[in-house]
Amino acid sequence: MTKKTTSKGVSRRQLLKGAAAAGGLAAGAGVVTGFPTIWAQNPITLRQFGTGVSNINAIAEKCKADLGITLQMTALDSDAVSQRVVTQANSFDIADIEYWICKKVFPAGTLQPMDVKKIKYYDDIVPIFTTGKLTPESKIAQGTAPNTVGFVEGPDSKTFAKAPTQWMTLIPTIYNADTFGIRPDLVGRPIKNWKDILDPAFKGKTSILNIPSIGIMDAAMICESAGVIKYGDKGNMTKAEIDTTIDFLIKTKKAGQFRAFWKTFDESVNLMASGEVVIQSMWSPAVAAVRSKGIPCVYQPLEEGYRAWGGGLGMAKHLKGAQLDAAYEYINWYLSGWVGAYLNRQGYYSAVLSTAEKNMTPDEWAFWMLGQPAKADILSPEGKVMYTAGAVRDGGSFKERMGAVACWNSVMDEDRYMVRRWNEFIAA
Amino acid sequence: MTLSRLAPYLQATPLTLILAAFLVLPIATIAMVSFWDYDSIQIFPAFVFTNYEETITSPVTWNTYINTFKYTLIVWALTLLIGFWVAYYLAFHIRSTTMQMVLFLVCTIPFLTSNIIRMISWIPFLGRNGLLNQTLMSMGIINQPLEFLLFSDFAVVLAMVHLYTLFMVTPIFNTLMRIDRALIEAARDAGANGWQILTNVIIPLAKPGIAIGSIFVVTLVMGDFITVRFMSGGQSASVGLMMANQIALLQYPAAAANAMILLIIVLMLVGAILRVVNIRKEL
Repeated sequence: MTKKTTSKGVSRRQLLKGAAAAGGLAAGAGVVTGFPTIWAQNPITLRQFGTGVSNINAIAEKCKADLGITLQMTALDSDAVSQRVVTQANSFDIADIEYWICKKVFPAGTLQPMDVKKIKYYDDIVPIFTTGKLTPESKIAQGTAPNTVGFVEGPDSKTFAKAPTQWMTLIPTIYNADTFGIRPDLVGRPIKNWKDILDPAFKGKTSILNIPSIGIMDAAMICESAGVIKYGDKGNMTKAEIDTTIDFLIKTKKAGQFRAFWKTFDESVNLMASGEVVIQSMWSPAVAAVRSKGIPCVYQPLEEGYRAWGGGLGMAKHLKGAQLDAAYEYINWYLSGWVGAYLNRQGYYSAVLSTAEKNMTPDEWAFWMLGQPAKADILSPEGKVMYTAGAVRDGGSFKERMGAVACWNSVMDEDRYMVRRWNEFIAA
Repeated sequence: MTLSRLAPYLQATPLTLILAAFLVLPIATIAMVSFWDYDSIQIFPAFVFTNYEETITSPVTWNTYINTFKYTLIVWALTLLIGFWVAYYLAFHIRSTTMQMVLFLVCTIPFLTSNIIRMISWIPFLGRNGLLNQTLMSMGIINQPLEFLLFSDFAVVLAMVHLYTLFMVTPIFNTLMRIDRALIEAARDAGANGWQILTNVIIPLAKPGIAIGSIFVVTLVMGDFITVRFMSGGQSASVGLMMANQIALLQYPAAAANAMILLIIVLMLVGAILRVVNIRKEL
């Protein structure tokens, strides 16, 4: 069940044309120095793969135009991504993975940490990813928080460092805070808490996602909200806590509360768009996708807070020389604003906000990041109207959303046990 | 040794090589890995029985196998019934050979589209607001959408029957076409009625076709994972799905052990079918 969409395989002809044009440009404009280096003279291809969310063709095209680096992107689901990093270390150059996947795969030794001295915008990265605290006062949420797996102790180390070091495992690219998507026209009541998914009125009309490391966190939020259990640490449950959670899920499933379990982005979109479910775990761009079909769908903020996730770019161990330089250049370019603005416009958040802001209009910035009403129509990166003037985004400002994170997607110490019990739930 | 004595070996060589490289070797590898050990990120060579132990002693495995057998039995019975029916009609009620061939090709038309598409097309049809529910409701037959139509065992069985019936039709049609029509006439002359001809002449002679079709259907359903996942909305499990989950979680040795157990069980089923019907004798 791996969906593969390899794109941007540039043909030899296109490559030659691009190389000639870029070469001519570089030769003609001898004064152009420094950033960005035009790699087209000595064409460099970076093979990147990751979960669908940030493998965006527009980014590959812009990267080609700005840097001359050809990005070959492959989109896979989370499970396939982890497999690929561990078992096919030479099949990729850049791995676009989530932090909880990083916790699982980095110790396998197929990725190399990055020297933060070579990361131009390192100091501007949102502190969630370095110190773990959005603001100096904020508390670090439960689960695999990015700062806990963001650094290792040395260039060859596989041990995660407790505090920021010079060696970063992933450069954050994209992150968000998730809750439920709902169909406001069909739920017929206000939705305020995670436990509202258990309302008997929604019997057979709910869904949660079937990716164990993420699903268990949604389940934990639901259980805690419903008063089934109070966790010591949701992100690192004990066996007894896992048992209570899964037993509750099995009971709920047997009672017919769930309509289906989804595993991929498009499945969640279809379930919602067709009205098979009216409330379910969802990712924010999936909500946007439902809405773009003209079907009302809301990303509902909940009182207990959000389940957050984050992804980043990791470098393959085998990269060296010119390819390694190109990879650093690509990452610096990634953080330099254009991509950040692109991601912010999709409702995600980008790692370096100051550069992204410069690439967005003040109205866009106020709408997406400050949670203010839109002054004019808000367009998607492809130019489609996503919100009309006057609209306000779900959940408010960046600080309100990312400041209300209750837990991160996580890999627990009892992961193997959890996965076994999760499978029992699915098979029950 | 003369060339003529070597010839049979030479003739058998290509197939032997292909089977060795693409069948024996992979299965041997799976068998080997099934004894390896693993943790959440790596697998290491070892010789342990824990993979088999964990698989066999887990109640999840048993429930999953029971569920898979349930699907197999129901789908097999339905495809046999429908497949025989269609094949019988084609073979005995259509008089001209041309027409038979044309209609047989018509049966294969759905196979011109991909397996996945044919399965997924059921989803909008059977959904809560799908075509079927809408039609039934507008006709006033029901006033609440039927929920069991989609994401249920019903949906799984329906899709499987749709996908696999042709595997029954083809071999049965083939054997029915080979039945000497004189036998039927003789039976009629001897006073047999239609039902007696069917049960005493046609079905016994169609056994090899039924057996071959059954082998196809049983092995396909036992190994299926995608139909079960999509049509049950991830709410049901099958052995194939269990393996797919294990592979997704990098638990290759556990998946390999599961695969070996499934292989043995399917071979036993095929063996049982072949004991009942001697395919080679009757072809």
